Amino acid sequence: MTWLPDNVDLVLRLTGTHLFQSVLPVVLGLLISIPLARLAAGSRWVRPLMVNGAALLYTIPSLTLFVVLPVVLGTRITSIVNVIVALTIYVVAILVRSCTDAFRSVDRSVLQAATAMGHTPWQRFWAVELPLAVPVMLAGVRTAVVANISMVSVGAVIGIQSLGTLFTDGLRRGIAEEILVGVVVTVVLAVGLDQILRLTGLVLTRWQRPGGRAGGRAGGRRRDPRGGRSDSAGTAGTGPAPDTTAGRIAATGGGA
Amino acid sequence: MGNHAISFRDVRKTYPDGTTAVDDLSLDVPEGSLTVFVGPSGCGKTTSLRMINRMVEPTSGTVEVNGQDVSSVPEARLRRSMGYVMQASGLLPHRTVLENIATVPRLLGRSKRESRERAESLLETIGLDRDLGGRYPSQLSGGQQQRVGVARALAADPPVLLMDEPFSAVDPVVRADLQRELLDLKQRLNKTIVFVTHDMDEAVLLGDRVAVFATGGRLAQYAPPEQVLRAPADQFVSDFVGRDRGFRALSFDSHEVALSGVLSRNHEGETTVLGGSEATGGWTLEVDAAGRPVGWLAPGESDGADTSAHRVGGSLYRPGGSLRSALDAALSSPSGLAVAVDDSGRVRGVLRPQDVLAAIEQARGARS
Repeated sequence: MTWLPDNVDLVLRLTGTHLFQSVLPVVLGLLISIPLARLAAGSRWVRPLMVNGAALLYTIPSLTLFVVLPVVLGTRITSIVNVIVALTIYVVAILVRSCTDAFRSVDRSVLQAATAMGHTPWQRFWAVELPLAVPVMLAGVRTAVVANISMVSVGAVIGIQSLGTLFTDGLRRGIAEEILVGVVVTVVLAVGLDQILRLTGLVLTRWQRPGGRAGGRAGGRRRDPRGGRSDSAGTAGTGPAPDTTAGRIAATGGGA
Repeated sequence: MGNHAISFRDVRKTYPDGTTAVDDLSLDVPEGSLTVFVGPSGCGKTTSLRMINRMVEPTSGTVEVNGQDVSSVPEARLRRSMGYVMQASGLLPHRTVLENIATVPRLLGRSKRESRERAESLLETIGLDRDLGGRYPSQLSGGQQQRVGVARALAADPPVLLMDEPFSAVDPVVRADLQRELLDLKQRLNKTIVFVTHDMDEAVLLGDRVAVFATGGRLAQYAPPEQVLRAPADQFVSDFVGRDRGFRALSFDSHEVALSGVLSRNHEGETTVLGGSEATGGWTLEVDAAGRPVGWLAPGESDGADTSAHRVGGSLYRPGGSLRSALDAALSSPSGLAVAVDDSGRVRGVLRPQDVLAAIEQARGARS
């Protein structure tokens, strides 16, 4: 157990770049998916096209993308840009579908009321549709983030630095501890980010919980009596996230 | 009657599949009135309502509000100038009660503070506790949500209020409260209200005028409710108004009914005859210290001091009230006698059913 103390700097640096490569694609993917999904949710013709098209993207093997993208983008094969672009494509594949479901989950009578109050379509989107789509959307985002954390490692095979580098390096040099550290840090990262998103979701969806209050005026709010029952905000969407994520990690691990 | 706040001119709405939702509708809603659109489902009443704020665009014809063709006003601006209350309240679930009420003032660009103050004062107007202002809609009961829906519609003080089956999803007791409050609000605020319902009783209770829509989007009759009940324009209206229309029409008659006396017993067991000579056939009316009715004691039960034997009384009649309420008070009373009370709730006497029927007969004679 001597490898880690000597290589803390390396592990921290790799964790940083790993995080960057996992999170940035989610942000970019979300920015691309939201307008596409809103379009798909609003039109019966566009929806199957968009949802199926996105699903098709997900069937491209990641390693293939890492190799093909430099040719298309004119980047070096070890460039981090390849990973960012590739993972953004995967995120879009996941999020177009879940964001479409998210927009479709918004109660029609609420939308009608918003229109009847005199919201313009643009105002209605920002003030009503987007906030109400958050619970279901967040389930997709959590899936995407955790999937990305596992997939970023694949880049190490072709020499793009990430926590995956600890696997390839540890394997080549026969350092079991290095591999173990890589595994543990990856898991911690995945679980940590997932929890941060879960908590963010709780804050954004206070209105869904019977005990929740706005404004934070009431002092006892933080410890509101909702118990463990409504832990995942009671949404159809947030519950299944961890399960699908686990499945996805297994799938990508095998597929890559 | 002066101005027409809302006018439909030869309005027709057909859908691409050939169905007609509204068939050649022409109708004027007088300013400051409460007009009810009533009819079975699929008769075009909601579609017509939604053409007023351009949630639905007519296929042909025009809708005017205060003399202006609505199609010439930008949709969002038009809608902000009218209150809209819908069936399932339609409150924004992610906004607090105060934020919901402040929606339209905020859309109109008023400051957060001003909108909030307005929302707080409206909470009082609609009879909700100030503490509820910070709650989310899901934390309110159905009746409270509906009240907030009304407050939200009133927030920008619009001259026109559109209400689409606003009370149909709440239980009958709460609905009766909401209906009473709406009538009260209407008195105080002087709004032009268009109200959609499929419930004829609600239409008769609330409407200054009732527009009965028939299947296929045809306006079958547009008249004051009494006229719809007494003189249905055609077979459809007569069928829709239903078998009880004779009874319902009594709501509009308030003829003097002769009061009879009643043997009463107060909380100390003293018996007196209230309101003239006794005519109660052995029944004794139990009253409290203030002379308000408590219940009935059947013949023979009146001897004992045990007050738990009394039968719960029926509805009460106030002299000057409608003959419908007089008849109902008699029919719902265990003794068959309607209890008449004054404004402070004290017993003034009883009505015998035969006297109510005689009054009905006299009212009919006076009409024709």
